[in-house]
Amino acid sequence: MDFLNGLVTFLNFVFVPALAYGSQLALGALGVTLIYGILRFSNFAHGDTMAFGTMVTILFTWWFQSMGINFGVLPTALLALPFGIAATAAFVLATDRVVYRFYRRQKAAPTILVIVSLGVMFVMNGVVRLIIGVDDQNFADGARFVISAGDFKTMTGLAEGLAIKSTQAITVITAVIVVAFLFWFLQKTRTGKSMRAFADNEDLALLSGINPDRVVQVTWILAAALAAIAGVLYGLDKSFKPFTYYLLLLPIFAAAIVGGLGSPLGAITGGYVIAFSEVTVTYAWKKVLGYWLPPDLAPDNLVQLLSTDYKFAVSFTILIIVLLFLPTGLFKGKSV
Amino acid sequence: MTRNLALFAGLAVLFVLTGVFQSWNLSLSILNMGLLSAVMAMGVNMQWGYAGLFNTGIMGFVALGGLAVVLVSAKPVPAGWNAGGPGILLALFLGAATIAAAVYLYRRMPKGRTRSLTMLAVLVGGFFLYRAVFDPAVLAVESNSPQNAGNIGGLGLPSLLAWPMGGLLAAAAAWAIGKTALGLRSDYLAIATLGIAEIIVAVIRNEDWMARGVKNLTELPRPFPVPYEVDLQQTASFLNWTASIGADPVTASSITVKLMYAGLFGLVLAAVIWLSERALNSPWGRMMRAIRDNEVSAEAMGKDVTRRHLQVFILGSAVVGVAGAMLTSMEGQLTPGGYSPLRYTFLIWVMVIVGGSGNNWGSILGALLIGWLWLIVETVGPGLMGMITAGVPEGSLKSHLVDSAQHMRLLSLGVILLLVLRFSPRGLIPEK
Repeated sequence: MDFLNGLVTFLNFVFVPALAYGSQLALGALGVTLIYGILRFSNFAHGDTMAFGTMVTILFTWWFQSMGINFGVLPTALLALPFGIAATAAFVLATDRVVYRFYRRQKAAPTILVIVSLGVMFVMNGVVRLIIGVDDQNFADGARFVISAGDFKTMTGLAEGLAIKSTQAITVITAVIVVAFLFWFLQKTRTGKSMRAFADNEDLALLSGINPDRVVQVTWILAAALAAIAGVLYGLDKSFKPFTYYLLLLPIFAAAIVGGLGSPLGAITGGYVIAFSEVTVTYAWKKVLGYWLPPDLAPDNLVQLLSTDYKFAVSFTILIIVLLFLPTGLFKGKSV
Repeated sequence: MTRNLALFAGLAVLFVLTGVFQSWNLSLSILNMGLLSAVMAMGVNMQWGYAGLFNTGIMGFVALGGLAVVLVSAKPVPAGWNAGGPGILLALFLGAATIAAAVYLYRRMPKGRTRSLTMLAVLVGGFFLYRAVFDPAVLAVESNSPQNAGNIGGLGLPSLLAWPMGGLLAAAAAWAIGKTALGLRSDYLAIATLGIAEIIVAVIRNEDWMARGVKNLTELPRPFPVPYEVDLQQTASFLNWTASIGADPVTASSITVKLMYAGLFGLVLAAVIWLSERALNSPWGRMMRAIRDNEVSAEAMGKDVTRRHLQVFILGSAVVGVAGAMLTSMEGQLTPGGYSPLRYTFLIWVMVIVGGSGNNWGSILGALLIGWLWLIVETVGPGLMGMITAGVPEGSLKSHLVDSAQHMRLLSLGVILLLVLRFSPRGLIPEK
């Protein structure tokens, strides 16, 4: 019984939150890795692209709510999400046309493109703050729990409850659908195949008649969609605040690099690696260990390896370890 | 040459106009921030302009400089130090020793599972040992009159001594980060420095024993020749002098103080310019530029690229650290909440790029110009926005627009950066 109680506590406070957070990171890292693989630079504006998509979705959510439209037990934001994706894709395609295309034609060094993406980050950051402000926005509605801690206790008769928030369930399900779609797209469709060919060897791809502009456009649209979805899921699960989205850049990059930049499978693995390490290291294990260890071994202190204020340090440490020992990442991405 | 002089003259006119139409106090405080930013921009220019290293962690090095001021010049807290100071030092030493031991094992033991397991055991054991010593010591320090102190206190030494210390702290951090991230692809350095900066600021914010965290550490002493306004206003000779030129003693005292800061910062800036101009025109400087322009051929000529990169990365970060220490000295307090990546990392980058990367004078011009714009908008912006929206009826829309004036800064900064990169990538004063 003690073992089960400990397990449920573990699932409730570590596994379920980390699974949801990992799915959000994985979607974000997929966007970064796609841009990296095809456009060959690290897009620093990705965090703010997520914020932009989320902002548009929130605005549509408010509009729908004011008209009395809702999605039943599901959050209204899911109805608004397609509009968020469309707006983000339009914005991102416009920045590509106005900003990035020039440097691509010049074959500018990757560092220059990174600095350019910083400029784009500023602009997006400014636009988001100008429109929606800097404050926290909570836009989740619909049913709050798939199963609440109290229900779980009465159902199983255990002393500990397992709560699964509906936003967590939605996050994981959406992530699975999106990833399945993305892999189907990359593996089976003609455009997806040409994207992979382009990422593999640009010159050969051009020789075989692949239209580079089309590949780039599709990449931006996919990255925008992934960013908007990741942003909305994160915002539903926690809350929306522009500065938090900027800070997400670090774990997302860490996830993409851990998996191997340019490798979609790596980005997903990386997302979960980062999320699980972050949650495990910053969780206070006292309660779980109290159940699992014999009473005389039970710890007196919190058994928290790091305070939650340092959760960035976790992604950072993993990043450094990977850079030192496995510069190409777990799934052999590109290193140069 | 005449063009550059004209640019600097134009800049001087901006400051004079601010003095005449707003106030000399404002103009001078903008000038002081501009001079500080210029020193930071010089550091960034060393890294980016001379060597092509993309460092997005400038904020972290600025914050480390500020921390040095607290540790060197804040007044001592004997009770706090006695409660746990030695324990904390011991713990930090143990932590460093653990990492050193792991690195030693990694280098000495043959590759294989035994090595990984031994390293893991050393690291985990070291971590728990470190926490076992560290936690009680921190608790002891922080429970010593938390309202007023709760920290280990500084050394109580003059503030000027803290400036080189700030440089040293920043250099040490740069060494650690450079050792790991340099030599890999260029984006990795950007991401690693972005992370380290956030971590440094998080440490300063949360480790109350060090600098009181978000409770802020105030009453840091001023650097040597700068007096306090209150003291000036009670000095007979100063009062006679203000009376003789017919100035208000309060305004005059604050302007005098600001002028003295400007002089001090100007001296430091001049020293940094002199040193880096000398370095840039020496064989070392030519080698750095050769490496920047073509790493492969420089390496073929027998230059150790990674080592030179590490060297210039440390030097540049140290300059930024000194500037950070100067900043905290001038403000008289350490406010960890004030370190935002936007203000202390990306703004400096815009200064360097707009001014002209690779050219020291360009960086200074960019720093003073962008610094002026950034701060003048802070004072003039809301008024301007009020004027623009004068026709809009009172209500939430109008207040939203007026409040949003500060976010316009971000937007315009981004647009300026993109425009300069596109149409004048060599900046206002291009590299020769």
